[in-house]
Amino acid sequence: MSTTIFEKGTAGKSGSFISANDCPVEDLGFARPRGGEIGLPRIGEQDLIRHFVELASKNYHIDKGMYPLGSCTMKYNPVINEEVAGLGGFTGLHPLQSEEDVQGALELMYELESDLCEICGMSAFSLQPVAGAHGELTGMMIARDWFRRMGENRKTVLVPDSAHGTNPASVVICGFTPKTIPSNEAGLIDPEVLEREAGGDTAVLMLTLPNTLGLFERDIERIIRIVHDAGALIYMDGANMNALLGIVRPGAIGVDIMHVNLHKTFSTPHGGGGPGSGPIGVREHLAGLLPVPRIVKENGRFSLKEDIGESIGRVHPWFGNFNVFVKAYAYIKALGGEGLREASENAIINANYLMKKVEPHYDIKYPGRCMHEFVASGRNLKKFGVKTVDVAKRLLDYGLHAPTVYFPLIVEEALMIEPVETEKKETLDHFADVMAAIAKEAEEDPEILHEAPVTTPVRRLDEASAARSPELCWPGEECMPGEA
Amino acid sequence: MVPEECTYTKEHEWVCNEGGVAVIGISEYAAVELGDIVYIELPESGSNVKQMDPIGTIEAVKTVAELFSPVSGEIIEVNEAIIEHPEIVNRDPFEEGWFIKIRMSDPGELDNLFSFEEYSEFLGEQED
Amino acid sequence: MSYVQNTDSDRLEMLKETGVSSFEELLEPIDVKLRVDGVLDIGPSMSEAEIVSRLGALASANSPASEMVSFLGGGIYDRFIPATVRYVLSRSEFYTSYTPYQAEVSQGTLQAIYEYQTMIARLTAMDAANASMYDASTALAEAMLMAATIKRTGRIIVPAALSRRVRAVLDSYAVGKDVVIDEVPFGDDGTIDRGRLAEMLSGKAAAVVLAQPNYFGLIEDARAVSGMAHEAGALLVILADPVSLALIEPPGEYDADIVVGEGQSLGIAQNFGGPLLGFLAAKTPYLRKCPGRLISAAVDVDGNRGYTMTLQTREQHIRREKATSNICTNEGLVALAASVYLATLGEDGFREVALQSASKARTLYRMLAETGGIGLPFGDNFFQEFVMTVPGGADAFVAKARERGVLAGIPLGKDFPSLGADAILVAVTEKRTRKDLELLRDLAAGKGGAA
Repeated sequence: MSTTIFEKGTAGKSGSFISANDCPVEDLGFARPRGGEIGLPRIGEQDLIRHFVELASKNYHIDKGMYPLGSCTMKYNPVINEEVAGLGGFTGLHPLQSEEDVQGALELMYELESDLCEICGMSAFSLQPVAGAHGELTGMMIARDWFRRMGENRKTVLVPDSAHGTNPASVVICGFTPKTIPSNEAGLIDPEVLEREAGGDTAVLMLTLPNTLGLFERDIERIIRIVHDAGALIYMDGANMNALLGIVRPGAIGVDIMHVNLHKTFSTPHGGGGPGSGPIGVREHLAGLLPVPRIVKENGRFSLKEDIGESIGRVHPWFGNFNVFVKAYAYIKALGGEGLREASENAIINANYLMKKVEPHYDIKYPGRCMHEFVASGRNLKKFGVKTVDVAKRLLDYGLHAPTVYFPLIVEEALMIEPVETEKKETLDHFADVMAAIAKEAEEDPEILHEAPVTTPVRRLDEASAARSPELCWPGEECMPGEA
Repeated sequence: MVPEECTYTKEHEWVCNEGGVAVIGISEYAAVELGDIVYIELPESGSNVKQMDPIGTIEAVKTVAELFSPVSGEIIEVNEAIIEHPEIVNRDPFEEGWFIKIRMSDPGELDNLFSFEEYSEFLGEQED
Repeated sequence: MSYVQNTDSDRLEMLKETGVSSFEELLEPIDVKLRVDGVLDIGPSMSEAEIVSRLGALASANSPASEMVSFLGGGIYDRFIPATVRYVLSRSEFYTSYTPYQAEVSQGTLQAIYEYQTMIARLTAMDAANASMYDASTALAEAMLMAATIKRTGRIIVPAALSRRVRAVLDSYAVGKDVVIDEVPFGDDGTIDRGRLAEMLSGKAAAVVLAQPNYFGLIEDARAVSGMAHEAGALLVILADPVSLALIEPPGEYDADIVVGEGQSLGIAQNFGGPLLGFLAAKTPYLRKCPGRLISAAVDVDGNRGYTMTLQTREQHIRREKATSNICTNEGLVALAASVYLATLGEDGFREVALQSASKARTLYRMLAETGGIGLPFGDNFFQEFVMTVPGGADAFVAKARERGVLAGIPLGKDFPSLGADAILVAVTEKRTRKDLELLRDLAAGKGGAA
């Protein structure tokens, strides 16, 4: 356990970081000034750095080892991207500077939008949404306004049962009602079912492609036709776009709206939970609805256009997570057209290879071939009294990270595994060997798994007690522990 | 309350008829399936409900279940103890861990529910 | 450049192991006619050297505010960032880690966020804060939806002296869940018109939103508004500037129910407006309705203290369409930056930042007041930002100042026509020196001359 920064210093000596005031000290005259202390630490720089380095030592991270997290696409984050994103010409820009002062930034954004259009087969992209779920929400706003302009009051959004939770959650914020479409035996959307469900009230089919089982919808052409024939739109959650770079351009096969995650597909870091970036792309007929401002290029000069009648408005006060764009731009340029295809090819090969290696030891509900990820199941270990969570925790003891567990919901005891393209064969072999060893332990000595992890900075935490009476901040005078 | 004399629902709730008042809780099977219950939300007494109305939520660490009223009538009492200490339900779902009491407007509704034997059979099918 | 490490022979071996003879076979579920024909038209792969040169050229095509004398604010401020912030953020243990789903190997991230939550709770004097939101505008939009859920009614009263961009985001979020936004005007002194607010509160409302300080930098009588909102049965939602909270009464002390704000001032570069850091704090009874992640202390099986995500049943991955929000990825690393910033400066250093900002803003205000022809319509009841009017129009003044390397502020006429074409919003941070203030004063006095 690490003591908190509040324990390390509240009466200590801080360094001086701010220049002395070279102006007269004025009477502020606030009617209601703050009384008493805030309760911020007072700690010297050395101990502060030690505190955060100690915390850092307790984190798993991609520079340490593989993250087989399905649908999270944890690939290597090239270090050059951090370097260029830190250039003062980018970090020091205020968003309300004149267009003359920010031509380089606008050019970068304009080019990134164009590249995303080419990669995804879309007519226009807006970089404004700052996360995947934010992109979904923006997409639903576009659909909502589209039907309003058409004078149609469609209310239903069809969502497959394998979808991420963000999908139905984004749908309801926009006032639509999600309707779950069950997957068939093969883990895919059944066109017959879709035919029955899609009708005059259907606004959108929201699908993830490949889906969260790592499967490409074989009947995608028919699915798209059914939805379009019903007068509805296709929204694609691009969380799994890492399988399709240079292989399928969603806009070209009929997807109307989609988002991509720059922090998955385009290598920008996850930062322990953000910042991300979830640009939203649309086909020609919806281009006018994208959030404002739009970047326009005329005679080699870039400008911002605010006044677009059909636009849904804004989902962010400025342009989105600009600093993340710089990293994604550097990544896309580094790889080029051939490199992007190479990335997806290797992501697919790695997933299929790993599935084959894991298959002898774990159930695979949808065997055969997969795209960039696959879903295994710990169901076969239940007879030893072992659950998927035990497998996950045991992996931590072997110095690896666990896959995404208990998702998608339609696979019992799910272990959703995505190796990504930047891991090499030897790394996958090691992961598969560990998975096999754990399956063997489950059979021979399940107690090892129940006890796991034992080598980590803390062991299994009592989440139930924490949820019953959470302690959300370090107890102190102004800060009461939650009793929610 | 005697388990054999109670009725049950597909949602794994039990109902005991105590002189026209339905005492309602969740079955042991439900308590085990949910795992550690951390939070329970129940309506205030005095409100009227119809059979199958959603009347509350039961939260475990990573799941949420809805509580449906197995009968129609007026809610006359809620178990404040389980709101304070939800873990009681895991420990003793049948006695101390009851949820709510409803004065039934139509005790005949109990006939639509499972008997003890029918519920046991239903559980058998669930586990297959 | 390629980051793939498999060699050609690895690929062949892996394909063989998989039971196929070529990669194309793995694409069997995708009809051939749906596949890309040829190579994506985004240019050839660049070497790292070319990347450095290309990005360097783009960066050089900008003139960053941080290298000029900047009085630009409006939500994004030019402040000094201690080196500790960049150092901690550059540790790959933090920036290349994923969301802390496996708590046992994410204690660094979890404890850092817990400490961040604590600092925000203390700063706002609220019971608890969440792990971060995208930015202030989306945090306010979610607070608005949260208030509507708690009060089971959709009418939200917002001030007119609010950033038009923030307002636009609220409008985007309002449509779906039958939220109606009513705007209360500002009075002659630039603060909320409490007479109008009283009239508007005669109808049912879920919440009153108050920006403190407001968009014109003015300090509102938050206590009075709090009393009015609560008397009418509405929640009080505060949009706070975190730096101002070092000096003025924190929202928890005047009974605010939900507090949101923009954390960019807490050690985050301007970055052309993103990433930002939305913070959200609330009273304990409302935590189960709040959006986003919450980190709690917990005890492990050996009795050791640790940290874990908690109250997850609120969130989309469990409650799906019934979740309190759709938020998943947030601004975790930016929250870490804020935490390092606040800890580095500490109680005294942070207070100094706020003091110098407020004091220097007053020095500039006084200088301008002594200069003939400059209007200061709303007086000096401000924190660090104020409105001035310049003869000859704001746009012309801003353009003239830019020639001298000064970013004079934000012309307000377009967003707030009632203030006229001469109005400029001027922000002063601790970074401004006496010379900087004099430069703007001279420009305002018409003594700027050519560069």
